[in-house]
Amino acid sequence: MGNEKIITSRRKFLKTATALAGATIGYTWLKSSQILLFAAKPKDESLPWYGIVIDIQKCIGCGNCAKACKNENDVPLEPFYFRTWVEQYTVKNDGSVIIVSPNGGIDGFKQTVPNEDIFKSFFVPKMCNHCSKSPCTQVCPVGATFESPEGVVLIDEKYCIGCRYCVQACPYGCRFIHPVKKVANKCTLCYHRLKKGLAPACMETCPTGARMYGNLRDKNSELVKFLKEHTTMILRPHLNTGSKLYYNALSSEVR
Amino acid sequence: MKFYIPPQIPRLALAFAVFISLFLILRHFLIPETFGEYGHYRGASLIDNAKPEIHYAGQQACFKCHQDIEDKKAQDVHSDIHCETCHGPGQKHVLSSKAVDILKPSGRVFCGSCHIINAGKQKSIINQIDLDKHNVGKNCINCHNPHQPWEMKK
Repeated sequence: MGNEKIITSRRKFLKTATALAGATIGYTWLKSSQILLFAAKPKDESLPWYGIVIDIQKCIGCGNCAKACKNENDVPLEPFYFRTWVEQYTVKNDGSVIIVSPNGGIDGFKQTVPNEDIFKSFFVPKMCNHCSKSPCTQVCPVGATFESPEGVVLIDEKYCIGCRYCVQACPYGCRFIHPVKKVANKCTLCYHRLKKGLAPACMETCPTGARMYGNLRDKNSELVKFLKEHTTMILRPHLNTGSKLYYNALSSEVR
Repeated sequence: MKFYIPPQIPRLALAFAVFISLFLILRHFLIPETFGEYGHYRGASLIDNAKPEIHYAGQQACFKCHQDIEDKKAQDVHSDIHCETCHGPGQKHVLSSKAVDILKPSGRVFCGSCHIINAGKQKSIINQIDLDKHNVGKNCINCHNPHQPWEMKK
């Protein structure tokens, strides 16, 4: 009797062990074909992994970035859709917050609140956060938007069907439907310029150097050095988007 | 009797085989060539995205010819401002000096786009001008050289 019991329990053990091993092997096989399970997870260490820093203290709200971006990427000036734009936040003495962005800041800002009412005021340039867990790429039904191996979120214009799902999914409001091409459009961190070794147009034309881009993998890059030396923050961290756009001196009023 | 297979099973199997192979054939033609090369997208799209022509040449391209301006600019507070911030996109001009689409902006409104007084700007970052008080009616570049703002013209 005792003998039989041992045999059945051994059989049971072998069965369970085989099933577990099979499941593990199956899982690892599935995992290796990542296109089924995950968005792109680049492994190529030789490529840069781009991040961006915007220093709010340096931004003067001149709107050169927004203007240059439209010129560089052939986005019509009107209607006012922006790949990058500037907002002015004004915190009044009574605690209320006024946010203005006339024409995306492209023509600069006129102070609307008198000096004596202002507690503090600052400009916040906005652009694609190039998230590493971007909500916009996850919702695309046709695989027309993706994170490139360099960590830049791009759009496949030939493959986009213009369904606007991604426009709604982006928590930062960085996407729009291109008024001429009728497909989704957004900041590409001037991918075509990066590939030629040039800085993105907004950073090329920023007069105060408030914007900076660089390789997050390279621990000696200017960007990583800046991140180490300053207290930076991303927008909406609770959404776990893996944003790679870091703001220096970001106030809690910024949404 | 033990291995009796009902006739429906082979028929069903055939139907399944036909549908599955049809699906595979359709899939083969519907999925673009480079799809899945790097991830759940068309690999060739990376090349498409790198294709567009640049419009802003970058200031190193400007300095290849305009060395004199580089030297001038380096001496004053506008040294960190790249040429195309004021002069507009210059790639056409770089490719052919005949292309004279370079902007030469002037006037209080243009200079004011940076220098207008605003509570949002940090005083240590930029000199701010109250355009309603500072030499009203005069063009900025009558006194200031935009490449060397503190090299006052007489």
